[in-house]
Amino acid sequence: MALSPYELKEGPVSAEFLADKALPETEDTGLKQLLSRFIRHKLAIAGLVITMLLILTALLAPWIAPHDPKEVTGVFSAPPSAEHWLGTDQVGRDVVSRLIYATQISLIVGFVTVALYVTAGTLIGIVSAYFGGWVDMVIMRITDMFMAFPFLMVILVVISVLGSNMTTIILVLALFSWPGVARLVRGSVLAIKQLDYVHAGVALGLSTPRILFQHILPNAIGPIIVNATFGVASAIMSEAGLSFLGMGVQPPTASWGNMLTDAQSLTVLTDQPWLWVPPGAMILVTVLSINFVGDGLRDALDTRQ
Amino acid sequence: MMTASSPLLQIEQLKTYYPIKKGVFSRTVGHVKAVDDVSLCIYEGETLGLVGESGCGKSSFGRSIVRLEDPYEGRIWFDNEDITSRKQKELKRVRTRLQIIFQDPYASLNPRQRVADILAEPYIAHKLVPRSEVQVRVNRLLDMVGLPKAYKNRYPHEFSGGQRQRIGIARAIAFEPKLIVCDEPVSALDVSIQAQILNLLADLQQELNLTYLFIAHGIGAVKYISTRVAVMYLGKIVEIGDKDELFRSPKHPYTQILLQAYPKPDPTLRGDKRIVIQGDVPSPAHPPAGCRFHTRCPYVQAVCRSEEPALGPDAHAVACHYPLA
Amino acid sequence: MFIDPNTPVEMLEMRKELLGLNDPVILQYFKWLLNLLQGQLGYSFSSYAPVTTIIGERLGPTLLLASASLIFGLLIAIPVGILSAVKQNTKFDYIMTGLSFIGTSIPQFFLGLGLIYICAVQFKLFPTGGMMTLGGPGDFWDRLRHMVLPVFVLGIVIAGKKVRYVRAGMLDVLKMDYLRTANSKGLHPFHVINKHALRNALIPIITVVAMEIPLLLGGSILIEQIFQWPGIGQLTIQSILSRDYPILMGLNLVAALIVLSTNLLTDLLYAAADPRIQYT
Repeated sequence: MALSPYELKEGPVSAEFLADKALPETEDTGLKQLLSRFIRHKLAIAGLVITMLLILTALLAPWIAPHDPKEVTGVFSAPPSAEHWLGTDQVGRDVVSRLIYATQISLIVGFVTVALYVTAGTLIGIVSAYFGGWVDMVIMRITDMFMAFPFLMVILVVISVLGSNMTTIILVLALFSWPGVARLVRGSVLAIKQLDYVHAGVALGLSTPRILFQHILPNAIGPIIVNATFGVASAIMSEAGLSFLGMGVQPPTASWGNMLTDAQSLTVLTDQPWLWVPPGAMILVTVLSINFVGDGLRDALDTRQ
Repeated sequence: MMTASSPLLQIEQLKTYYPIKKGVFSRTVGHVKAVDDVSLCIYEGETLGLVGESGCGKSSFGRSIVRLEDPYEGRIWFDNEDITSRKQKELKRVRTRLQIIFQDPYASLNPRQRVADILAEPYIAHKLVPRSEVQVRVNRLLDMVGLPKAYKNRYPHEFSGGQRQRIGIARAIAFEPKLIVCDEPVSALDVSIQAQILNLLADLQQELNLTYLFIAHGIGAVKYISTRVAVMYLGKIVEIGDKDELFRSPKHPYTQILLQAYPKPDPTLRGDKRIVIQGDVPSPAHPPAGCRFHTRCPYVQAVCRSEEPALGPDAHAVACHYPLA
Repeated sequence: MFIDPNTPVEMLEMRKELLGLNDPVILQYFKWLLNLLQGQLGYSFSSYAPVTTIIGERLGPTLLLASASLIFGLLIAIPVGILSAVKQNTKFDYIMTGLSFIGTSIPQFFLGLGLIYICAVQFKLFPTGGMMTLGGPGDFWDRLRHMVLPVFVLGIVIAGKKVRYVRAGMLDVLKMDYLRTANSKGLHPFHVINKHALRNALIPIITVVAMEIPLLLGGSILIEQIFQWPGIGQLTIQSILSRDYPILMGLNLVAALIVLSTNLLTDLLYAAADPRIQYT
C-alpha cells in the first residue's frame, strides 16, 4: 500500500508554530480599519465637520439666534445691516434667526424620516428574505407598487388630503421611502443566508431571532448605513421642495424651503437676493455635506449601490 | 472496524432533491437529484469516509443528515430517534449530539463576532452552563484545538485558514457531540496544514469518543482518517466497505479509477496499465437510466444501460452488475 | 372646489348629488374605475372640462421638457462618466466627481431661481418663464429660447446623478480580462472603449436611466412651477390648490402608466443590449 503524505505523524502543534503563522500583530479590528479608511477621505471629513456644526446650530438655536424667528423685529424687506446681518423678510422678521431655526426643521425631518423608514424597511426586508415563499412574494409586489409611482406627485396628493405640517411630511416621506431599503436588505440577507456561518448557527440550534439579529443583520448593516446617510440628504431636499411649493412646513415656522417661496415673485428675486440666496445656499451646503459623508462611508465600507 | 454495536446513525433510502423552478410563478419543472436513494449506517466510534467527485451529492448528503437541507424522502435515524421531519425547534435537543464542520473556514465564521463570542454562543443559546462558567469552557475549547487563549478577543479575519478551521472545530465540539459531519474540512487548506487538522481531528476523536462522517473529494485524507469508506457517484453509493479491503481490492470500476487517479508517492508503484475515464459527469437533473456510471464505464455491457444495479447488504458491498474480482 | 357662499343650500345639494359627492368614497372610487373602463375620466371640478382633454393639453409640454432634459443630461453624463473612468484619479476625474456631487445636492428650485436671476433678469439672454412669448410669433426659435433654462436645470440634476453611475459601470468593465485582451491585441484605444467596454457598461446604465423616469416626473413639478411651464407638473399644483380631485386621479393614472411603460421598455432594451437575456 502506498504511503500517504498524511502518515508523517507529528506531535501536537506548538504555540510557537502558530505564532509564526499568526496574521497582523496589531489588534486591527473591523471598526478601526473602517475609521482609518474614512479619515483618508478628505471631503467626507469636511462633510462630517459641517454636519456636526449644523447639528450644534440646531441644538443651540435659542441661544445663538439674535432674534425671535417668528417676531417682527424691523421694517419689512430691509437690506442687510448691522442689526440684521442678512436683512429682514417681507413681514420684517430677521433672516439670520429664521435660517438658524430652520436648521432644526431640516435636520429633524432628515433624521426622523430616515430613522422611521430604515427601521421599517430593514425589518420588512429581513422578514421577506428569511421567510421567503409567499410572504416574500407579497412584500416584493407591494414594493414594486410603491416604486412604480412618481414619488413627488403622489406625496403632493397625499399631503393635500392630510394637510401639510412637519409630522405629515415625515410620515409621508417615510411611507414612500421604505421599499428601497426593504429591497436592499432583502438582497443582502438572501446572500448572507447562504453562507456557512449562518448554517453553522442553524446546526448549533440557535433561535431564528438570534440568527437574524446576531449573524445576518450585523453583516448586512454596511449598505444600510450608506443608504440611510444618502436618505437623510434626500429627505432634507424633499422637505425643502415641498415647503417651497407651499405644501410643506407652513409659515410663520421657518424652513429653508418656504423661505425661498417668495423668490418666485420677480421683485423679490431681482431686488432682495438676501431673502433667497442664503436659504438656498444652506440647503446646498447641508445636502452636499451629508452626501460627502455618505460617499466616504460607502468607500470605507466598500459597498456598492 | 466492523463492530456489532447498534448504529448511531441509520439512513434509509434518503433522497435530497432540489426543485428546478421556472417562469413567473416559479413552477417546479423538475428536480436536481443530489442524493438519490442512499441507505447506510454509521456505528459508534468509527469514521466513515465518503468520497466522490465534486457535485456527486456528498455535501448534500452530509447537510441533510444535520438537517440543513430538508430530505425529500427517506428516513434519518440518529441515536434511536427519527429526526427526518422534525421542525428546527424540535431539533434543538438533537443538535447538541450532532454537529458539522464546514469546508470553507473563511465562510463558516461570522466576521463580526470575536472568537470568544463564536465559541460562547452554543453554551449561552442552550443555557448549558452558568454564565460565569462560559469563559472557562471557551478557554478549554481553545486549548483542545491548540489555539492560545490570547487570541480570544480577535476577529476571524486575523487568523490563517488553518487557525480558522481550528475555531470551526472548537465550535463543533463545544457540546461534546456524538457524531460530527466533517464536510470536506481540509479541502480548502494548504497541504502542510491539512495534516495538522487531520491529526487534530484524530486526537479529538480519541479524547471525546467521537464518531465522524468524513466527506472528501480526494482519496488521501479519507485513507488516513477513515475506518470504513463509501464511494458516491451521481447521488448514489456505488461501493462501501472496510477501508483496507476497499483500497486493496476495489470492486466497482469507478472506485478503481478514483484510486488510480490518486498520485502515488512511490514511483515504482506507477506504470500499471491505466484506465482512462471518458466523458463528463451527467447532469443530476437527468441521471442516465440503468447504472448511472454506464456512460463512462470502460467495462459497460448491455444490461448496464437498462437495469440499475443494487447495493448488496454485505460488509463490502458494491452496486455493479460486473464487479471486479 | 370654490363655492360662492351665497349659493342656496338646495342648489349645493343638487350639485353634490349630480357629481356623486354624497356617495361613500369606496362607491365613488368604483364608479371612477367603471368609467375608466369606458375611457371616461370624468370632469374637472373647477373648469367642468373633460379630464382627458385637460391632461391631454398638458401632457405634450411635459413630455417635451422631460425628454429634452433626459437627452441633455445623458449627453453630458455618458461622455463625462466614460472619460472620468478612463482617466481615473486625474484632475479631470476629481473635478467632474466634485461637480456631480454639487449637481445632485443643489435644489432644483434654487438652481432654477439663480439662473433666472442671472441669465434672464441680469443679462436678459432668455425669458424668465412660459413656453412661448405671449402674443409673440410662437415659432420654433421662440419656443427653443424658452426651453433652454428649464432643460438646463433638469438636465444638470440628471447628469449629476448619472455621471457617477456611468463612471462606476465603466470602471467595472475596464477591470475585466477581455479588455486587457483587447488592449494587448493592439487595438486602437478608441476602438477598445467604444466596441468592447461601452457595450458592456451600457447594461447597468439602462436600469439607472429607467429608474430616473419617475423622479423626472416629480422633478418636472418643481421646474414647471418655477418656469411657469404649462405641463402636468404645474397642473398638479393647480389641481391640489383647487382640490380638483378628478384631475388629480387622472394625473396619477397617467403618471403610473408612464412609469409602467418605461419599465417594460427597460426590459426590452435589456434584451437588445445583452444577448444573454431572452424573453420567452
